Amino acid sequence: MTFTLPPGLALKKVDERIMTLNVGPQHPGSGHMRIIVQIDGDYIVACDPDPGYVHRGEEKMAEYRNYITNIPHLERPVIHDSCNVLYPYVLGAEELLGIEVPERAKYVRVIASELNRCIYIMYWLAIYGIFLGHSTMFMWPAGDRELLIDLMEKMTGARVTHAHFVPGGVRNDLPPNFEDVCLRQVNYFEKRIKEYAAVFYDNPILISRTKDTGILSRQDAIRYGTTGSVLRASGVDYDLRVKEPYDVYDELDVHTNVMKEGDSYARSRVPWLDMMESCNIIRQALQKMPKSGSVRVKLKPNPKTKGLESVYKRVESGRGSLGCYIVSDAKPEPYRVKMSVPSFRNLIALPNLLRGEKLGNMPSVYWSLNYWPVEADR
Amino acid sequence: MSTETENPPADAKPEVKSPPPKPAPKKPEAPPVELPAFEKGISDKLVEKFGDKVEVGFVKEDRVRINVGREDVHDVAEFIRDELNYDHVESVSGVDYPQDNEIEVVYHIGSYTESSLARQILVLATRAQRETNPIPGNDATKLPTLRDVFYSVEFHEREVFEMFGVFFDGHPDNRRLLLPEDWADLPPLRKDFAIKGR
Repeated sequence: MTFTLPPGLALKKVDERIMTLNVGPQHPGSGHMRIIVQIDGDYIVACDPDPGYVHRGEEKMAEYRNYITNIPHLERPVIHDSCNVLYPYVLGAEELLGIEVPERAKYVRVIASELNRCIYIMYWLAIYGIFLGHSTMFMWPAGDRELLIDLMEKMTGARVTHAHFVPGGVRNDLPPNFEDVCLRQVNYFEKRIKEYAAVFYDNPILISRTKDTGILSRQDAIRYGTTGSVLRASGVDYDLRVKEPYDVYDELDVHTNVMKEGDSYARSRVPWLDMMESCNIIRQALQKMPKSGSVRVKLKPNPKTKGLESVYKRVESGRGSLGCYIVSDAKPEPYRVKMSVPSFRNLIALPNLLRGEKLGNMPSVYWSLNYWPVEADR
Repeated sequence: MSTETENPPADAKPEVKSPPPKPAPKKPEAPPVELPAFEKGISDKLVEKFGDKVEVGFVKEDRVRINVGREDVHDVAEFIRDELNYDHVESVSGVDYPQDNEIEVVYHIGSYTESSLARQILVLATRAQRETNPIPGNDATKLPTLRDVFYSVEFHEREVFEMFGVFFDGHPDNRRLLLPEDWADLPPLRKDFAIKGR
């Protein structure tokens, strides 16, 4: 009996010159995924990403729990961005169940999701520092991130996995004096991230590692269906907070950051600009937020829809457009929950960006895609 | 006195009851509520072109749903790309309907280039035949791929293949993506694959 290796494990001999190399899944330059690259000397000729090492079956689990008990596990794919990853599910459940959200809750949600966006981007930036061998770039964002984590802890009671958004509003009202503390911390945070320009973004080392590597043209960015910072770094002006405003984003002034270069440098800079925009949004929201009022509509136990209905809602998360498709069939549990996650959508660009790139540039190109392996696997 | 005071309301009640022509004025109200004009225009273009082959699932604000048979899905997708200016697929979801003996595949299609479509999502749904004992890739659960129409479906269709066993004919790379290479059970998102202990 001959034993054949399953596809993906077998080494393919292509050519005398070409070598197949498995990067990951346990490798500091790949995250929780394997990237199979074929190299000719130092140059990558083909790349085959192999995600799935942290697949947890979130979508299957969601079919066994009701609309409320789905909340804590659906935010697990990206615990640093847990409010945003839950947002489309909550918006979809509200539309299915016909729930009106109080005005103050909408503002609290916007503040929480913008804080979460900054927390996520800071973590992503810290890991980018590791990938580039720039340890200050790891230490600074990881430290400054604590400011906002403290704010979220005040607001929700948990440092990272908040489970704060529920269909009908948010779980708890803001603590007393939160507005002042938030304003102070956010102002300090903004001052702090502006200093990053001198240390990271104008740093010749970072520029030489990222400038003109992994260039994604505007047409390709659209054709591949990329989203978020990857799309905006390639010159497409598309941000769901502006294009399809949800909750109270239509009452706030949101500026979209677009860069035309489409290289790793642009993709690493756009999220940083987004953080400053987030600080602006938080300040506006704090000012416009109703000072008192309810933040949550009380739901009936086990709410359900009347018949077979479906809804597709999307929000702009820290990584890009995050959609949630919910099918409901008049039971307390959803019939099907599909999360269309930005990391998974951006992954399709990776093989095309790495072709012809040097192997040493692989980590910087890969991480510039704003990719979170756990989210892509769900 | 009391009887007298009760009487006038009793008289008034039939008067109130007499205007139940209320439902009649409601009828003209209903059509403008259900059909947002711009979205209606999109579905009208599709119905005009394909006639009976497409069925309009719903027309809501920013969302239009079109149900298509599996023979026509490729032509409809090409029309959506070339004539309606949608340019990328955001999400491809499988939904298992054991009671209908079908697996539905739903494409959520959006547009970056056409600014009037920035808010819009076109939901294109088609159904594949479902097998009771699936042999993924080698049974009748097949659909034509949309990879040559929308490049962005590449990984999404691979995911639907491994999670539902829907084989996409013509997809250049029909391997597993997320599941382990040695997975030998049912496609896990089918309804007959049960979680242990539930």
